Amino acid sequence: MIRLSIPLRQALSRLSLPVLIAVAFGTMLLGKADTLLVERSRMALADVLSPIYAALAEPVGAARDMMQEVRELIALRADNVALREENERLRRWQAAALALEGEVTLLRRQLSFTPDSEPSFRTARVVADGGGTYARAVLLAIGPHMQVRKGQVALDERGLAGRVTEIGSRSARVLLVTDINSRMPVTLEGSRARAIMAGNNTDRPRLQHWPEGVLPVEGERVITSSDQSQAFGGLPSGLPVGEVRWSASGAAEVELYARLDRLDLLRIFDFGLAGILPPEAVARPEPRRGR
Amino acid sequence: MFGRREPAPGLMRRLDALARAAMPTVIAAVLMMLAAAPVGVPSGVPAVALPCVFFWSVFRPAAMPPPAVFGLGLLQDLLTFAPLGVGVFILLLVHGLALSWRRHLARQSFLVVWLAFSGFAAMAAGLGFALQALLGWVLPPIAPALHLLGLTMGIYPLLSFLLTRTHGAIRAAEEVA
Repeated sequence: MIRLSIPLRQALSRLSLPVLIAVAFGTMLLGKADTLLVERSRMALADVLSPIYAALAEPVGAARDMMQEVRELIALRADNVALREENERLRRWQAAALALEGEVTLLRRQLSFTPDSEPSFRTARVVADGGGTYARAVLLAIGPHMQVRKGQVALDERGLAGRVTEIGSRSARVLLVTDINSRMPVTLEGSRARAIMAGNNTDRPRLQHWPEGVLPVEGERVITSSDQSQAFGGLPSGLPVGEVRWSASGAAEVELYARLDRLDLLRIFDFGLAGILPPEAVARPEPRRGR
Repeated sequence: MFGRREPAPGLMRRLDALARAAMPTVIAAVLMMLAAAPVGVPSGVPAVALPCVFFWSVFRPAAMPPPAVFGLGLLQDLLTFAPLGVGVFILLLVHGLALSWRRHLARQSFLVVWLAFSGFAAMAAGLGFALQALLGWVLPPIAPALHLLGLTMGIYPLLSFLLTRTHGAIRAAEEVA
């Protein structure tokens, strides 16, 4: 250690706070100027921490499961009645679905229709809440063998949850659809009209930009809309998103199927190279650009 | 300079002193990482960082030097999705202000300190909101800021209890040494 005279040392220690505040401003500018660097350092930290979080998720999950079990035991009787009723209803639907499936196969054979390829997906565990005060995102632990690319969509067991935005070597960040920066092309199932679902950091993202003459109907199902542009990384169509709800203030919102407050496993869908590639994409492999 | 004072400290002794000096920062960092774990509470990380920095700045400034505050701020910004530098700036500001008022604050009862801390937390939340709006150039919703403020104010008594215990342990160890 360098020996300094006492006045000099005092002066240095008095100076360090203002200097560090200035450095903080510098960091803010750097963060604005070089988003790639910030993103990389974030993911490096996330990579280091994700094993810790994965270990921590076990006891947290166990505690949560126990709470859930207690709650379920209390509601067992009511659940049973509801389930029996639902079973009855679903049985009727199953019959209808089987009949329709037969009809569809018949019609397809007549039309020589080429069906879409089955989507393949991988499942990853959510290890941390990667969001902050103003952001909604989760961190996934991914194995080294898992091929995850930016822009892939993530679904929980019920519906669309978000989209992969940043990738490290052991972790990936998924921006949830409720985040204020999230924009998703969607289709209203009833009218087949396209719209944009924009997150606003609340539980229900809003619908925007639906075409003139079409009004989203309360309770209408919302599904993802196919978009083959690079910006969306080839979003598959027909994935379940949620249902339209009109808010009290008169805004069209989407009540999501996905339960974003209790995500534990996410399915990452891979549509990149499975479908037919546009001619210009064949020459170069899948680009992995920074932005 | 002042004559012989004490023999050169041995390795163990130096390690001991280093561990004692680094403990508050390490505790704060670990708490922040734990707060980022998936328990369903957003904005937990800033709510943990602020009480730690405030407490040590008021009651034991030597344990929380500005570089450590800077490091904690950086960790906070990287753990949350906030624009880089915002947390650093807020924590440094809180540290500086708490340091200049510590003579009045350190002698007060817990309730008064809590009240003062609530003022700091309100300032931090307001500043965070303003900086977020400025750097992102959109007006963020106000509810998360209020949520953060409530969480920060509510978590202080618990953290203060833990940190007071730690502080007592450090002092006891110093008296023995």
